[in-house]
Amino acid sequence: MNRCSLLLALAAFVFTAGCSQNTGPMPPQKRASQTSPQTKFTVVDPATAGTIHGTIRFTGATPAPIEIDMGMDPGCTIASKQPNFSRQYMVGKAGGLGNVYLYVKAGLEGSNFPVPPSPVILDQKGCRYEPHVLALMAGQTLRVLNSDPTMHNVHAQPNAPSNSQWNMSQMPKGAPIETTFHDPEVMMPFKCNQHPWMKAFVNVAANPFYAISDANGNFEIKGLPAGEYTISAVHEAAGEQTQKVTLGAKENKAIDFVFTAQ
Amino acid sequence: MRSEVLPAVSNHFHRGLHRFAVVLSGCIFVLIVAGALVTSEDAGLSVPDWPTSFGSIYKIPPMLGGVKFEHTHRMIAEGVGLLTILFCVATSLVDRRKWLRNLTFVAIGAVIAQGVLGGLTVLMFLPWYISSAHAALGQTFFSIAVLLALYTGRDWTESTPEKFVDDGAPSTRTLAVLTICAVYLQLFFGAAFRHSGMSILAHLVNAVLTSGLVAWTAIRVLSRYGQITALRRPAAMMIALLLVQLGFGFAAYLTRVVWGKTAVQPLPSMVSTTVAHVAIGALLLATSLVLEGQVRRRLMKESATVAEPSAARKAISA
Repeated sequence: MNRCSLLLALAAFVFTAGCSQNTGPMPPQKRASQTSPQTKFTVVDPATAGTIHGTIRFTGATPAPIEIDMGMDPGCTIASKQPNFSRQYMVGKAGGLGNVYLYVKAGLEGSNFPVPPSPVILDQKGCRYEPHVLALMAGQTLRVLNSDPTMHNVHAQPNAPSNSQWNMSQMPKGAPIETTFHDPEVMMPFKCNQHPWMKAFVNVAANPFYAISDANGNFEIKGLPAGEYTISAVHEAAGEQTQKVTLGAKENKAIDFVFTAQ
Repeated sequence: MRSEVLPAVSNHFHRGLHRFAVVLSGCIFVLIVAGALVTSEDAGLSVPDWPTSFGSIYKIPPMLGGVKFEHTHRMIAEGVGLLTILFCVATSLVDRRKWLRNLTFVAIGAVIAQGVLGGLTVLMFLPWYISSAHAALGQTFFSIAVLLALYTGRDWTESTPEKFVDDGAPSTRTLAVLTICAVYLQLFFGAAFRHSGMSILAHLVNAVLTSGLVAWTAIRVLSRYGQITALRRPAAMMIALLLVQLGFGFAAYLTRVVWGKTAVQPLPSMVSTTVAHVAIGALLLATSLVLEGQVRRRLMKESATVAEPSAARKAISA
């Protein structure tokens, strides 16, 4: 009899556990800015500011784009009229490599810059992230949209200690998800666990001097004060390269990087 | 010298309970396949909440993309959990063996722990140690169910088998136990590699050790006790499963590790070979446990009441 009671209690536990209130996935929390009203920002005189520009080149055999099979979700095939290809190596006609993140790795320590008030948009269109690689400043708002007629799952996988990992579903054309990251980080993977081919890389910069190379591999970092810098170029698969640069006032400095397939 | 085959004692065969155990084992095997599909399709976090699915415990979400793998796995798991509880109730009602009843409680504990591990791995974003523990406990749970099917079978419930001398060095029972340990360790290494917690090296090195032990144990049983059906069948099955498992392991390595380096999504070749490798691994573990159970039951160290191995042929043919 006691055993039967125990079993009934166990069944009741399973049943009531199944009826528990929905808590749902927790949205990523936006936190207050780390800068206080008393924070002194570094002022860059536009009259003396310089620019670093250049091209990212790719050498060797270019890995062929791989066509993605989106048959597991009819919503994806409806949303994307064109075939969807992998975008790991975006190599332009002249050998320029796109989607490379460039930022000032060293040379601006101790400087504070205001966070841009406008959000950076990461959209999900045709079951792919647009853009594939993006950058924003620490503390700046990232707004994630879902323009697709199907549900997505936005899963941020940061490495920096104070950039917490989160995973949140987003209904078809659902409300935007807004979040911020407070630690600088390079190539933070974003993925959709419902559509395993969907990947994006979010870069969080400590200052506003960064760029993403375009489809032809060109980039430009504007408004830098004169100084000695270490410029880093990071590709999601080909890795990181750095160059030391001395930039004079009003100087327009050209530097190039060369990557090979890994 | 042979012992007399004793009449049935202590319990009666219950066909319904035995069939229930077989069905439960089959359902758990399907659950293992569904779980392997979740990992292979990279769909582990496609449902981001737990114990609810998209905020609901009963509402079935659109079964698209990775959700169809993850939510199907959850639904099968819920069904298996309820079946396990029902089996425990049924055993309490119709079987008098206390140790068997206790084993059904162990099965319930395993399925609850398995559910909690599955939930934790979702809430903690798939840490390798929890995902690997979830995989290993799933195989353990399946093995318990297979043993329940064995213990509720007619042979186990209604007869006291003839005993034979286990005269090898190491003993056949020692070999059977070592085989279980090696297979279990191999399953854990495989799960840890799949969940990015370890390199494949441990799985590859232990594959050699495990293959050797499985082959040694099976050949020992087949060569010395091959005329005893209850020992021959699991031993032969273990050899067959080992060969199939090595084939699928090699295929999974090629499709996933060698050819799949640049894949942008799980490919059918990767998924099918890996899922088959996991499923055959589960069968191999369960078979090794069945063999150990039969060895424990039918072989013992030499004494006055046991038969010589050479007598086995005569005993069976008589």
